[in-house]
Amino acid sequence: MAGIPHDHYEPKSGGEKWLHSRLPIVGLLHDAIFIPTPKNLNWMWIWGIVLVFTLVMQIATGVVLVMHYTPHVEMAFASVEHIMRDVNGGHMIRYFHANGASLFFVAVYLHIFRSLYYGSYKAPREVTWIIGMLMYLLMMGTAFMGYVLPWGQMSFHGTAVITGLFGAIPFIGESIQTWLLGAGAVGQPALNRFFSLHYLMPFILLGLTIVHIWAFHTTGNNNPTGVEVRRTSKEDAAKDTLPFWPYFVIKDLFALAIILAVFMAIVGFMPNYLGHPDNYVPANPLATPSHIVPEWYFLPFYAILRAFTGDVWVVQLVNWVTFGIVDAKFFGVLAMFGAIAVMAMAPWLDTSSVRSGRFRPTFKWYYALLCVDFVVLAWVGAQPAEFPYDWISLIAATYWFAYFLVILPLLGVMEKPLAAPATIEDDFNAHYAPTGGTKTIVNPAE
Amino acid sequence: MLRKLTLTAMAALAFTAGAATAETEVEIHDFDFSFEGPFGSYDTMQLQRGLKIYTEVCAACHGLNRVSFRTLHDETGPALPEDQMRAYAANFEVFDKTLSDGAGDYRTATPADYYPESSLANAPDLSLMAKSRAGFHGPYGTGISQFINGMGGAEYLASLMDGYEEEPECAAEMETPMEGYYNVAFANGGFPDACKDEHGHHTVPGSWISMPQPLYGEDVEFDDGHENSLESESQDVAAFLMWAAEPKMTARKQAGLTGVIFLSVLSVLLYLTNKRIWAPHKNKLKD
Repeated sequence: MAGIPHDHYEPKSGGEKWLHSRLPIVGLLHDAIFIPTPKNLNWMWIWGIVLVFTLVMQIATGVVLVMHYTPHVEMAFASVEHIMRDVNGGHMIRYFHANGASLFFVAVYLHIFRSLYYGSYKAPREVTWIIGMLMYLLMMGTAFMGYVLPWGQMSFHGTAVITGLFGAIPFIGESIQTWLLGAGAVGQPALNRFFSLHYLMPFILLGLTIVHIWAFHTTGNNNPTGVEVRRTSKEDAAKDTLPFWPYFVIKDLFALAIILAVFMAIVGFMPNYLGHPDNYVPANPLATPSHIVPEWYFLPFYAILRAFTGDVWVVQLVNWVTFGIVDAKFFGVLAMFGAIAVMAMAPWLDTSSVRSGRFRPTFKWYYALLCVDFVVLAWVGAQPAEFPYDWISLIAATYWFAYFLVILPLLGVMEKPLAAPATIEDDFNAHYAPTGGTKTIVNPAE
Repeated sequence: MLRKLTLTAMAALAFTAGAATAETEVEIHDFDFSFEGPFGSYDTMQLQRGLKIYTEVCAACHGLNRVSFRTLHDETGPALPEDQMRAYAANFEVFDKTLSDGAGDYRTATPADYYPESSLANAPDLSLMAKSRAGFHGPYGTGISQFINGMGGAEYLASLMDGYEEEPECAAEMETPMEGYYNVAFANGGFPDACKDEHGHHTVPGSWISMPQPLYGEDVEFDDGHENSLESESQDVAAFLMWAAEPKMTARKQAGLTGVIFLSVLSVLLYLTNKRIWAPHKNKLKD
């Protein structure tokens, strides 16, 4: 593996040499596990491990759930209740899986916002970022399809609403919607294909996880200063880094244990907190629930979808310019996907020469506002589409786009960044005394 | 014992549901059920009383199709002795598709069977009723109180049983009377325009439900002479339905507690390990 200079695996025994010359898999694992990692990483660098753990947990619990689940419109709901009541430990496995989706999104949002603050998306880590964005999209698709499988009221009517979004695409929308559902309406064909894809997509996600890790193992981790590890020599690199094992593995596991303790409390004591009671009512195409609301992790983008109504002048302008092809509904769909697209474009929209937000005094405020904006969008996404929520969502959605399309490009040019430390070692030593056994006592004799 | 809390459906649904149309104010009382909180468990005697009320009153119209008779013997459930459970199951007739050379026929139920479905189209199955209704989501619709109070499904059901009242004056004066029965805990029923103000807001809580009042108090006699007032019966049957909806609750809470304790100990150990391995690299600067 290219990147930071460090000791590579050397096969010693005859058997190791035999395998290494045929398949260097031990060397690959060795290099991955002992990869030099910036020693100043803070606690926001733990979410990757949490995400890997959650993905594995979701696959493991999911594989067991599939053994007892029946993807049939008449039997799906009953089979989930069978899991809850008759399968040994089934209620725990299902609650782990259902709440695991929420843990997944908590971790991914913190992971993404970590990157946005410390400039982890910037060169040379654009590929890591783009792969990450693809993974996020896949996660959303997987989570959505998983929510359909219990075939409750929210599953059914949520599917109708979300696939209806594709129906808003001009000319070909209806065909796409029919193609997605396998029929003109939500029914057995949709349940079958969503089940199939819900099983497939996590494994694609697993593959992309490996590529994601490969990409940042090539460039090296970013770190809170945004200053690169010195690659001039192995000795210099060693001053900036520590091997991933054991230093960061143990640190990450400690964080993971705390997060899982909280997760366990939610699964054990309030497992339906993040769900919707209506999904314990079997799907009934004839009775639409009075409120159809997506799961919490979709709410920020759901708010953006709803923000651009027909009375917003931008929407009217676009409608007029495109001769009515882009109506308010389609505009909303474009805005929702656009909100993720502009985030994916961040590496090319951010013009700042400084990577970490720590040394960008003005950026900090706009970034903080973006965090608030995201929370506001999530909150307003669950509110009814009426005054004043329509105005709040419009303002919040506008800021989201302004941050990526206006503030990031301009700020890089206008802002005067602070001086970053020359090396990671300097940053680390500013917090902790240099190593060397005996502590230097800064207390000169008079 | 009974903390009276009037919560609006607005607050009740704000978090999960978004409260797009729920303007109906409902009166849901916050009861102190034994199964609330991380350490709460079902009260066996209460479940047995609830079972009796369900069997003698509710079962006339409503099914309990996802509950099997054998689970009535569960230690953390109603815990009927095995012989009683078998005798209870034998009171029911279930349809068996395998009988009469595949044509199907009715036979006496065994412990492995499930309660029969309701034959009435407009009487919903009660198996999951306590989980498919959230009584409240306070404070401020955040649902945080769920940790201590649960979702309020049982509170909703008990309040509904106890929520039948005389029609309010605004409705009583109407020429064509409302269909159904006035209930202050029911949100999704019919509502007359006569009881709305000029802005369309409801002036009285609740709405009109099609189910006639099922319990009046003293509907069943308990062998141990336990109180059978309407208030007491409402809570008993609500507790039973909570068990029917979430029969594995006790096992779940025990697993949760074990998990939290285990992970807490593990995190302490990992904290100490982490501190130990990093110590040579970061000697904290002393002032």
